[in-house]
Amino acid sequence: MSTVLIVKDLWVKYFTSSGVINAVSGVSFSLSRGEMLAVVGESGSGKSTLGYALLNMVPKPGRIVKGEILLDGVNILKLSEEELRKIRGSKISIVFQDPFTTLDPLRKIRDQFMEFLMEHGIDKNNALKIAREYIEAVGLTERVLDSYPHQLSGGQKQRVSIAMAISLNPSVVVADEPTTALDVVVQKQIMDLISDIKRRYSSSFILITHDLALALERADSVMVMYGGYVMEMANKNELAKNMAHPYTKALFESLPRIKQRTLPKYLTGYPPDLRNPPPGCIFHPRCPFASEKCRIMKPELVEISKGHFVACHFAR
Amino acid sequence: MGLLRYVAIRAALIIPSVLILYTLVFIVLRILPGNPVIAALGTKNIPEEQLNAIMSELGLNKPLYVQYFEYLINFAKGDMGKSMIVRGRPIASDIADKLPATLELTIWSILISLAIGLGLGYLGAQSRSKYINAFVRLLGSAVFIIFIPALGLSLQLVFSKYLRLLPSSGRISDIVNFKPITGIYTLDALIQLNINAFIDALQHLLLPAFTLGLVLSGPYMRLTLNNLEAILESKMVEAYRARGISEAKILKHAFKHVLIPVVTYTGLQFALLMGGAVLTETTFNWPGIGTYLVDKVMYRDYTAIQAVVVLFAIIVGVISLIVDIIYAVIDPRVRY
Amino acid sequence: MSFALILKNPYIASGLAIVLIFVAFALFADVIAPYSPIDAAGPPLQPPNKLFVMGTDNLGRDMFSRIVYGSRIVLMIVAMSISLSGFIGSILGLVSGYIGGVLDKVLSFVMDSIYAFPSLILAIALSVALGPSPVNAAIAIAVVYVPTYFRMLRGHVISIKNEGYIEMAKALGLPTTRIILRHILPHVLKTLMIVFSMNSADAILTEAGLSFIGLTVQPPTPDWGFDLYKGRGFVLAGAWWLMAFPGLCITLLAFGFALISEGVSRIVGVRLR
Repeated sequence: MSTVLIVKDLWVKYFTSSGVINAVSGVSFSLSRGEMLAVVGESGSGKSTLGYALLNMVPKPGRIVKGEILLDGVNILKLSEEELRKIRGSKISIVFQDPFTTLDPLRKIRDQFMEFLMEHGIDKNNALKIAREYIEAVGLTERVLDSYPHQLSGGQKQRVSIAMAISLNPSVVVADEPTTALDVVVQKQIMDLISDIKRRYSSSFILITHDLALALERADSVMVMYGGYVMEMANKNELAKNMAHPYTKALFESLPRIKQRTLPKYLTGYPPDLRNPPPGCIFHPRCPFASEKCRIMKPELVEISKGHFVACHFAR
Repeated sequence: MGLLRYVAIRAALIIPSVLILYTLVFIVLRILPGNPVIAALGTKNIPEEQLNAIMSELGLNKPLYVQYFEYLINFAKGDMGKSMIVRGRPIASDIADKLPATLELTIWSILISLAIGLGLGYLGAQSRSKYINAFVRLLGSAVFIIFIPALGLSLQLVFSKYLRLLPSSGRISDIVNFKPITGIYTLDALIQLNINAFIDALQHLLLPAFTLGLVLSGPYMRLTLNNLEAILESKMVEAYRARGISEAKILKHAFKHVLIPVVTYTGLQFALLMGGAVLTETTFNWPGIGTYLVDKVMYRDYTAIQAVVVLFAIIVGVISLIVDIIYAVIDPRVRY
Repeated sequence: MSFALILKNPYIASGLAIVLIFVAFALFADVIAPYSPIDAAGPPLQPPNKLFVMGTDNLGRDMFSRIVYGSRIVLMIVAMSISLSGFIGSILGLVSGYIGGVLDKVLSFVMDSIYAFPSLILAIALSVALGPSPVNAAIAIAVVYVPTYFRMLRGHVISIKNEGYIEMAKALGLPTTRIILRHILPHVLKTLMIVFSMNSADAILTEAGLSFIGLTVQPPTPDWGFDLYKGRGFVLAGAWWLMAFPGLCITLLAFGFALISEGVSRIVGVRLR
């Protein structure tokens, strides 16, 4: 199983006028070919920042301050702007959350798609062929190529974005909450499409989401983040069976179930202020099991069983 | 709605607009106590017969409402009436003579205005320094308020009198061998491949077009600054970058977005351009409609003034329409 | 909205300072001006020197005195036209917006047509028709700017009309005039201030434009634009001071009003342009 992406000890901070925000703190993981890793967390967990970091596109005033990101063996954090530009979209691509603002409203889909392909060295004839091929691959008709973005629905626009994101056969596709802005019916369609593409082209996906249920349903492995730290990481089945971290358990318990009679249990409290994070375990203020040790010492990410990592003093 | 229907409706609305301005000016001009011919000629000592002869020649002894409609109908046919001062001279031919000059000045002014406005706006948006950004913003507001004749005269003093680099008035030097075709000298010179004439005409154009262009560039600076900044920070551009599109291409696309408010603004403020053109022409003795109007004002030639007002109303209406069409072409969302 | 807050704003402070200087010129011209503006005080066409700070014109009159007295005419014309257009435009806008219907549609179209037309050219045509005099110039300028106020007030009324509390007032049976005056006007006052100041800047330039064509005052009355008009020939022969100072004052005063407008819009938080 070849590894396409290795992230080692990644730290990303935002240097704002009101303080330094620790968005991503010491995140490490690896991704294999054809694997989908779901990064799950609330807003402010650092998952979106992580997504941007993988393309070395963290928006100002953010900066990657430490760590390595090895894409197909190459540390992209050491690349020049021009080299980065070349790999974006071709070796690693991203599908954004909001399909309504990520396509240029003034240009036809065909023009945007072809420009993208040609910027990466494809000649005009082949560009048209590839554009057609992938528009159909995502379940749209060729008519879409002649359309302007505003003539398409949200779901259709997202499919276009996905088509572009996979058309150059990137090693990794980052999907940042790809279905959050869409209604539930379309959500399923888009996720089915993504699963299908994963299968057909052996693409590796990083699915960023706040929805643990979605993650457990679709992904191969799941990484739970909170306050910029990795709380727990495991293969999907292993996680579903042996959820170890209190936060993961809390997330799981807050999911509504069809047959349940009581309300789901929600986690109380607020996400941490990342400018002034609490000492010790970042989750301890909201953790029902928090002890003195948790308040003082940061838990390391420990492998409690094969491939299952937890950062908690009480995990066994 | 479709582009065609949209254009048709907009075009049709020009007519009532023109009518309103015409009526307004007609009323004010005619309510005037006293005889307009006497006022124009400046003297009361005209024998009655001659006065009546002049008035019937000019159609001024007919009842007011007849004059109102007759003028309109004639105008539609291309007859703008006869000058009250220069006996028998049709106004339409005067205007046809002078219109190209104003057109040429206007076009070059807009070009210069866009160049300065978009250029400085771009610099301000791209610059890392907060100061340059603020400076461009301030400059934009400041130039807009400059009194055109003051700027024009200053430039004339510096470049014509002291530096002797550029001519201070007129459109082309007598010594240049030149034959006008359309009346737009720079265009004509190009068509005839007459480089000398082209350069000469350009030299004459430079000061007046720069004067008007600089003053009108202010709003473009602010527009470009704000919009370019906003677009370059938008999710759309972020997506472009994530797909590996080069900064150069991104800039090109961003500019298309900036064009929308720029074009809209141009349409809205074309009227300002016309007013500025009048002042510029007067300052530089540029033989266009502006100077024509001012001359007629001096001599109280009411018919001519009336004709100019109607003409301008039509021009503004048509330009506004053209701008709307351009807008619809650039932004496909407007059409559907 | 305390006065201290208003004055601390750098835009308003600087703009007001400029405007007040000229207002002072106008009010205290007799005291400030060293010479008479209409009688010759020295040799003609003197560049600025110790005796004549801004030089003399072709008739030997002191330019500085003419500038000082000129502020009177300029400010008077501008004040008159703004008040006139503000008053008429606002009332028409309020009524039209509130009553709506055919009246509103027709009036709006008329106002839009006038608004779209080049202001200077219309002012010129009207001035000529009425006959050149400061008062007529003020009237002409006023007509040109009526649509500005009309549109603004009408827009405000329409947006407020759709808000609930007006309906409440109507339901309680309050008379129309009272609704307009008591409930709508205060909200409108804020925007009015911005428009007033911006309009003043425009009006000054329009007045100067009219003067530059000779349509406002008759000689020997001092007026900045008029002096520019008369002095043109001499300027091009080298008498730069005949253009520099009137031109500067026009632009400066207009800029002062523009600064005030910018400042007020920042405080009030409304962006009109």
